Amino acid sequence: MVAYLIRRLLATIGLLFVVSVITFSIFFLVPKWAGATPDSMATRYVGRTATADVVHQTAVRLGFTDPFYVQYADWAKGLVAGRDFDMGTSIEHCPAPCLGYSFITAQPVLPDLLDRFTVTFSLAIGAAVIWVTAGISIGVLSALKRGSLVDRFSMVIALAGVSMPIFWTGLIALSFFSYRWGITAVGGAYTPFTQNPALWAWDLMLPWVTLALLFSAQYARLTRAGMLETMNEDYIRTARAKGLRERTVVTKHGLRGALTPLLTIFGLDFGLLIGGAVLTESAFGLNGLGKYAVDGIRANDLPKILGVTLFAALFVVIANLIVDLLYAVVDPRVRTK
Amino acid sequence: MTATQTTGEHGPGSNPDGSLLSVSGLVKHFPIRQGLLQRQVAAVQAVDGVNFTVRKGETLSLVGESGCGKSTTGRLLTRLEEPTAGTIMFEGRDITHLRDGQMRPLRRDVQMIFQDPYSSLNPRHTVGKIVGAPFKLQHVEPEGGVKKAVQELLELVGLSPEHYNRYPHEFSGGQRQRIGIARTLALKPKLIVADEPVSALDVSIQAQVVNLLEDLQEELDLTYIFIAHDLSVVRHVSDRVAVMYLGKIVELADRETLYDRPMHPYTVALMSAVPVPDTKRRHERERIRLEGDVPSPINPPPACRFHTRCWKAQDKCRNEEPPLVELLPGHQVACHFPENAPQPTAEASTSAG
Amino acid sequence: MTLTSEEQQPAPANGGGRFLDVRDLKVHFPTDDGLVKSVDGLSFHVERGRTLGIVGESGSGKSVTSLSVMGLHKRGAAKISGEILVDGQDVVASSDEEVRRMRGKRMAMIFQDPLSAMHPYYTVGDQIIEAYRIHNDVSKKKARTHAIEMLDRVGIPEPDRRVDAYPHQYSGGMRQRAMIAMALSCDPDLLIADEPTTALDVTVQAQILDLIRDLQREFNSAVIIITHDLGVVAELADDILVMYAGRSVEYGTAEQIFNEPEHPYTWGLLGSMPRFDRERSTRLLPIQGSPPSLINVPEGCPFHPRCRFEQNTRGLAKRERPELVDTGRGHFVACHMSQAQRQQIWRDEIKPKL
Ligand SMILES: Nc1ncnc2c1ncn2[C@@H]1O[C@H](COP(=O)(O)OP(=O)(O)OP(=O)(O)O)[C@@H](O)[C@H]1O
Ligand SMILES: Nc1ncnc2c1ncn2[C@@H]1O[C@H](COP(=O)(O)OP(=O)(O)O)[C@@H](O)[C@H]1O
Ligand code: SF4
Ligand code: SF4
Ligand SMILES: [Mg+2]
Ligand SMILES: [Mg+2]
Repeated sequence: MVAYLIRRLLATIGLLFVVSVITFSIFFLVPKWAGATPDSMATRYVGRTATADVVHQTAVRLGFTDPFYVQYADWAKGLVAGRDFDMGTSIEHCPAPCLGYSFITAQPVLPDLLDRFTVTFSLAIGAAVIWVTAGISIGVLSALKRGSLVDRFSMVIALAGVSMPIFWTGLIALSFFSYRWGITAVGGAYTPFTQNPALWAWDLMLPWVTLALLFSAQYARLTRAGMLETMNEDYIRTARAKGLRERTVVTKHGLRGALTPLLTIFGLDFGLLIGGAVLTESAFGLNGLGKYAVDGIRANDLPKILGVTLFAALFVVIANLIVDLLYAVVDPRVRTK
Repeated sequence: MTATQTTGEHGPGSNPDGSLLSVSGLVKHFPIRQGLLQRQVAAVQAVDGVNFTVRKGETLSLVGESGCGKSTTGRLLTRLEEPTAGTIMFEGRDITHLRDGQMRPLRRDVQMIFQDPYSSLNPRHTVGKIVGAPFKLQHVEPEGGVKKAVQELLELVGLSPEHYNRYPHEFSGGQRQRIGIARTLALKPKLIVADEPVSALDVSIQAQVVNLLEDLQEELDLTYIFIAHDLSVVRHVSDRVAVMYLGKIVELADRETLYDRPMHPYTVALMSAVPVPDTKRRHERERIRLEGDVPSPINPPPACRFHTRCWKAQDKCRNEEPPLVELLPGHQVACHFPENAPQPTAEASTSAG
Repeated sequence: MTLTSEEQQPAPANGGGRFLDVRDLKVHFPTDDGLVKSVDGLSFHVERGRTLGIVGESGSGKSVTSLSVMGLHKRGAAKISGEILVDGQDVVASSDEEVRRMRGKRMAMIFQDPLSAMHPYYTVGDQIIEAYRIHNDVSKKKARTHAIEMLDRVGIPEPDRRVDAYPHQYSGGMRQRAMIAMALSCDPDLLIADEPTTALDVTVQAQILDLIRDLQREFNSAVIIITHDLGVVAELADDILVMYAGRSVEYGTAEQIFNEPEHPYTWGLLGSMPRFDRERSTRLLPIQGSPPSLINVPEGCPFHPRCRFEQNTRGLAKRERPELVDTGRGHFVACHMSQAQRQQIWRDEIKPKL
């Protein structure tokens, strides 16, 4: 188990390395293909009236003239040891772990990122609680009442839920609940959990429900399929043959088998959501990681984008690691292998 | 065979000893990897030093309990699996480590029939395509065209030529097994390795397929290696039988000898465990009941691998591996204290204590 | 003459009441392809202390029959008619809850594939404890002691340690033993074993068959053993029911079925098997063709397309279904040929070739 953990951890680091190199090269190469030179890139960081000389100096100072691997090495070194940036007028320190430094906002990326992360995480965790509870209950119910009105109705809803784009449902929800009825706060409201947990939940309720709608639908379908499959397993027949009550058969024997595969999907979804709740965040005007990434892309702010990408990758990987470990807890066959 | 002949005149057609196929010291270990560096920590000793020869035109059966290495042996012979050690000679040629390209001509001569008639046929291909596939693979253009050849094959295995354009799912288990057999016969193989060809079939259909295999053997002069766990079926089809236990052959003899006078305790136990469809004998039969299960091939018992379940086991069995020796002409046994032995051997009486 | 009254069925050797009495059972499944008549008019019975063997090829309706007795068919999916009297109580007519309470105690079942039949996520011990506590109001600790005793009883070595192992940590034979321990944990009156040894090796099969025989003697339960292997029933069964296409074609004592079988299908089964206990025959005598689909069971005698003696009935077999008729000694046969003719064919044509 320890060897397994270490191996997974090493793999995680390797994966992050690869992700960073790929992201780095994309942002290194794409502008080049588009015809940008180090100097033209540096013009964005100097005044409009700067001479070509100043521009060139800035490019050198910011490391734009260095070859790819040097730039990458500098960046990686910053991650471990921190890094200083010569802004011409001042020297800015970016403490380790330095994920990067945004020249545009003149800020290290990480503190900002962490700040945004709490918002996104709040969004994701609340939504996850709702969609897991709702999705699984609906799924189990439809599976047990297969072919009934309940089943057909919820599966139609589920299909609709899956196919409706989030910004659309988000807008609809906002227009009714916030603008028309004024029940919930108008977009953009966010109270940190540490300040006021009740308000935190209230503010996020609408985004949670909207986001959960999409996922519940998917989870209901998956649960239903898993449940239908499990309830046909031989061991369910055995449980019935023992004389167990149907309720026990379903909850103790059926559900556990049906839900295990969902764990993987949940890990993936949750990890991805951390990095990519872009649509929900923009629909509700939340200042989360997604919005941060969008802002970064709009401003062509490479350090920001790189930071978010790595952060998101890290999360996907961690989520999967946790899922795999949970798997060993749930399924004894995995444990003893 | 005289010495001069053995030096070079056994052309393509026989091994030095006159057999079609001979195997010596055949080993297959499947590594088990573990830990940080995925180092090999152990091995499944699926086949561990197997020797036998197959004569032209005979049926040699491999029997034994699940996991004893029958299928693995079959897959090694057809080179679907790479041997860990040992040599396989086919028609005087060492085929142990032939590469894919070199294997091609051999693939025509050695064919395999699989157990599961459901999963071994591609459901999206017509019967014609399935049975004709070997011609395509080997770039062989049969006389009169592929279609005609396939239809002849279908008739040969008791199907109708009209089945040419149908799909596997339209056939019953027994018919599918016939399709599989037709496919293996396409290139007129010399040796067929049949891995549990009738195990998945119902008794009434099983008998049809057994009879078909026998007819084909006679008609086409085939040699079979027949892998099965059903001792009754094995007795019916084989000329010689090799009993395997945990990756080793423990006894090899003619059918009659083996079934009438088994010498290895494991063989004796196997035979006495076979349920017999006769109520009169229910209470008469003297039974030998083995305790427990077959040990794991990852960590097989030392010396005689059967000693953990053998009622005759003594210290010697736990310390010294019994070699497979010929105790009677054509009857090889690997046991220190065999049953039905010719005379109480000096060996058994002196070292019993 | 059909099987409706008690006198017409094989008389149990020891008299006694019928613990299980199945009368004219029909189980039909409506499917998209048509109505699957998996069981179509089946009658049999078992007494305490006796063993009934049900033999037939795959798809002949053996498992469907056993699941019906356990009341395990979904009400919606299967159309069941007839009577299944377990100690006088009709499973078909009882409510789900009533049948549930009978399971485990009145009747228990062992399944073919012990790996898939046990829950992979719970220990063997937990699964036995669960079964025991359904009918016995005892503490977990008491139930655990009982589970260990049961494991010991069925021959699991070191039961106090093995009780906490998961099914995948058991070997095939041990799993089947554990299944048996679970089925027997509430001391059921009727034990149904559906192909209990099909997935096992011969040496382990012999152990399990011995175990079932011993346990039956000890608990004096009624046992049904379902299999496609005539050898297995010959080892265990007192009475034998031969099924073909969802119907009984021959039903009698084990001695009658093995020594003087009268139905062509039974002959076919005996001829198809290579006989381990006899001189090796040069050729097996298979049944031609293959079993019918239960959606399109042939008119008349369901066996007629494969029967070598069909012409002996002068076309009757193609038109009319032969009823299961008593030959007078509790030996039932469903064939249009006269008894004399059947006995003669067996004596002169079949028996010598086996
Ligand atoms: N690819 C593989 N990797 C690891 N172990 C393997 C592999 N193939 C087979 N084995 C192991 O080798 C042993 C022999 O397997 P094999 O399939 O030859 O048995 P068998 O005698 O054919 O049994 P059966 O009667 O169940 O078909 C078994 O313990 C099996 O688990
Ligand atoms: N739930 C079901 N729906 C439709 N057909 C079924 C169902 N269960 C069993 N059958 C059919 O009933 C027939 C008998 O099945 P079964 O009793 O399992 O055979 P066996 O004798 O091999 O145990 C088969 O044709 C099978 O396909
Ligand atoms: S060598 Fe010993 S343990 Fe092995 S089979 Fe012979 S008597 Fe038994
Ligand atoms: S009724 Fe006719 S077809 Fe049916 S089993 Fe008897 S002889 Fe054969
Ligand atoms: Mg095999
Ligand atoms: Mg069945």
